[in-house]
Amino acid sequence: MDSKVLTENIPAQLRDPENRWFGLSKRARTIVYSTDRVKAEELSSYQDLASAKWEGRLLLRTSKKVYNQSLVAMLIGEHGATKTKSIVQGWVKNLAAQPFSSDTKLMEGILAGQGDVGVVNTYYYGRLLKKNPDLKLALFWADQDSDGVHVNVSGGGVTTHANNPQAAQRLLEWLSSAEAQNLFADTNMEYPVNPKVKPATEVAAWGTFKASSMNIAKAGELQGEAIMLMDRAEYR
Amino acid sequence: MSSIHVPTRTQGLFRLPRMSGWQISTSLICLLVLVPLTTLFLSFLHPEKEIWEHILQTMMSRLLINSVLMVTGVALCTGILGVSLAWLTGVCEFPGRRFFSWALLLPMAMPTYVLAFVWMGLLDFPGPLQSALRQLFGTEFRLPEFRSLAGVIQTMTLALYPYVYLLAKNGFATQGARAMEAAKTLGCSQTQALFRVALPMAWPWIAGGVLLVVMESLADFGAVSIFNFDTFTTAIYKAWFGFFSLSAAAQLSTVLILLVFLIMELDKRSRKKRRFYQAERQQTKAPRIKLPMHLQCVASTCCTLILLLAFGLPLSQLLYWAVQIFEQEFGSRYLYLLVHSASLAAIAAVIIVFLAFVLAYTSRRHPVGITQWFIHIATLGYGLPGTVLAVGIYIPMAGLDNLLISLQDKVLGSSTSLLQGTVLVMLLAYTVRFLAAGFKAVDSGMHRVTPSIDEAARLMGMRGPKILMKIHLPIIKGGALTALTMVFVDVMKEMPITLMTRPFGWDTLAVKIFELTSEGEWERAAIPALFLVVTGLLPIIFFMRKSES
Repeated sequence: MDSKVLTENIPAQLRDPENRWFGLSKRARTIVYSTDRVKAEELSSYQDLASAKWEGRLLLRTSKKVYNQSLVAMLIGEHGATKTKSIVQGWVKNLAAQPFSSDTKLMEGILAGQGDVGVVNTYYYGRLLKKNPDLKLALFWADQDSDGVHVNVSGGGVTTHANNPQAAQRLLEWLSSAEAQNLFADTNMEYPVNPKVKPATEVAAWGTFKASSMNIAKAGELQGEAIMLMDRAEYR
Repeated sequence: MSSIHVPTRTQGLFRLPRMSGWQISTSLICLLVLVPLTTLFLSFLHPEKEIWEHILQTMMSRLLINSVLMVTGVALCTGILGVSLAWLTGVCEFPGRRFFSWALLLPMAMPTYVLAFVWMGLLDFPGPLQSALRQLFGTEFRLPEFRSLAGVIQTMTLALYPYVYLLAKNGFATQGARAMEAAKTLGCSQTQALFRVALPMAWPWIAGGVLLVVMESLADFGAVSIFNFDTFTTAIYKAWFGFFSLSAAAQLSTVLILLVFLIMELDKRSRKKRRFYQAERQQTKAPRIKLPMHLQCVASTCCTLILLLAFGLPLSQLLYWAVQIFEQEFGSRYLYLLVHSASLAAIAAVIIVFLAFVLAYTSRRHPVGITQWFIHIATLGYGLPGTVLAVGIYIPMAGLDNLLISLQDKVLGSSTSLLQGTVLVMLLAYTVRFLAAGFKAVDSGMHRVTPSIDEAARLMGMRGPKILMKIHLPIIKGGALTALTMVFVDVMKEMPITLMTRPFGWDTLAVKIFELTSEGEWERAAIPALFLVVTGLLPIIFFMRKSES
């Protein structure tokens, strides 16, 4: 697809290098912790969650969820496979409970005292916060001194045999515009991809962060390798 | 002149050329099973070596161990529970027996994955029970992890025992009093007579029930996903939607198929060793065994407890969640989901009952020989898990679609995808999966059309099609209606086929439950779950009314 509007509105790392698909909103996957039992100073990076001080305190969602697959794919892209494998093995060793089927249940586990830290997409945290403003949980932006927080996208593209490719392209262009970006991102408390558009106030209240600059397409390419690595590390 | 053509054995095997229209239709229906099976096994010709080796090295042994332990556990537990309950309500007398006799079937209305998330909500660490226990005994108090093999077995046992219960009760009911009396005159005590006579005589029914349970648990995708318990079904899903490798998904499917065939073979052997004869057709009905007082109490308590755990408590929890969240969650989108589920189920039910009728009629016209083999193959699908069928039918359909696209390109110069985006793949997979259920119901109706009815009709001057329309159809109407209801409910509950092959915009209630439970939203999932439970109650009520009248 050849569209100046899309390439201008959407940063290069959030779209396909060959412009076959485009990210439309960003989802940040970062660390969440119990404000009762953990201080923000104790936290630093995804890698640090593998260190011995978190033994029996870490909660993770299942490796079958694509969010964790692309997070590990990003780690492979940044640190290489060998180091990433030892990080994942460290996580598994630190687990306080079997991996959860969802981010929400993971956070409920932290609240109930099953574990102290976890890794979640921020909008799940937002949903819980909406239900309970006194939530004893907080977000921590991971990897700020190194490569930045892992982001994923929800996005769109046009299929090869689509009936109406022009209209589809116009829809995508509109979705990337300032007008639609807030509509699209805010309903699910996600971040707009268009740098000119600000996130919703409730989302902005969680602070700003440096996001990983790795192209999402690269995470896609490494996804298979990431799954295999997690299988070998016995991360279920 | 008999209307039934009875080929001799050699004729059936060697006289291939002249097949009747019924036989041709039946062999075409067989293709629905044979094409996906062949496709799956052919995947070994173009393996994705790296992924397959990875699966063999890191996953295969765990998948096999998990599956074998799960199936054995569920078979044992449902067997013991189902047979005990059937013995109590079918043979003994105690307060509340008449009520429990049908009420113990109610859990059939609960899809396994619904029971799984309800029990997960109740028993998991942040759930009400463990929270209360921590309040009582301090924050360090821990129950054993519910997300485990034991949790899976517990949930599946509560969801699936009614299959064994129902069949075993039939088994006990048809035994009559004589055999037990004979055993007792030969010096057996009541208990000895139970273990040496009644249970062995009911074995074909019990084994049939346990076989159904085993097939259901091997095919389960929704419940094990909620438990994050790895079995072949979740691995097939992961191969397709994680590794994006249809060929690895197909290869994994073949292992599961071999496992299914192995179990079918074991079942066949366990029955083969026994022969059953009944000396007389009309047996005196056995008087019920009056239990001593304290055993009566135990019996009533056990039945109440099982009914509560498998149905009462989960249903109350679903209602509680649904009421809490109804206002904020319910909207017209649920009606769309309901319409999708119901229309898919209705279309599939009509197709399946029609094909089941073709099979049953063929079976009647050609009661021996190769035709029976065709029918056996055509109804194998009940053992083929939805994930397997999704892969096995999607691959050839996608191939056909690509062929059609390239043909269009050549002829018309432009092309659109004709098959992949339609509901056809889904409907074909449903058909294969649930044809056996439909066939059984229609066929048992067909058995009531005795040859003498045909002969009488012919004597009155009626000819083929007219006999079919005026005599056969009205007689088997009841069986067809049962088949329609059963298939309708099965398709409504179906999860993996729909999840893996639905076109855009065809989400159903079951798919919604998968999405919500994989986000841990038990409360919200209660609403679509209740729709399914209510639908699931239909055939049970239907069945109850039939057995009462």
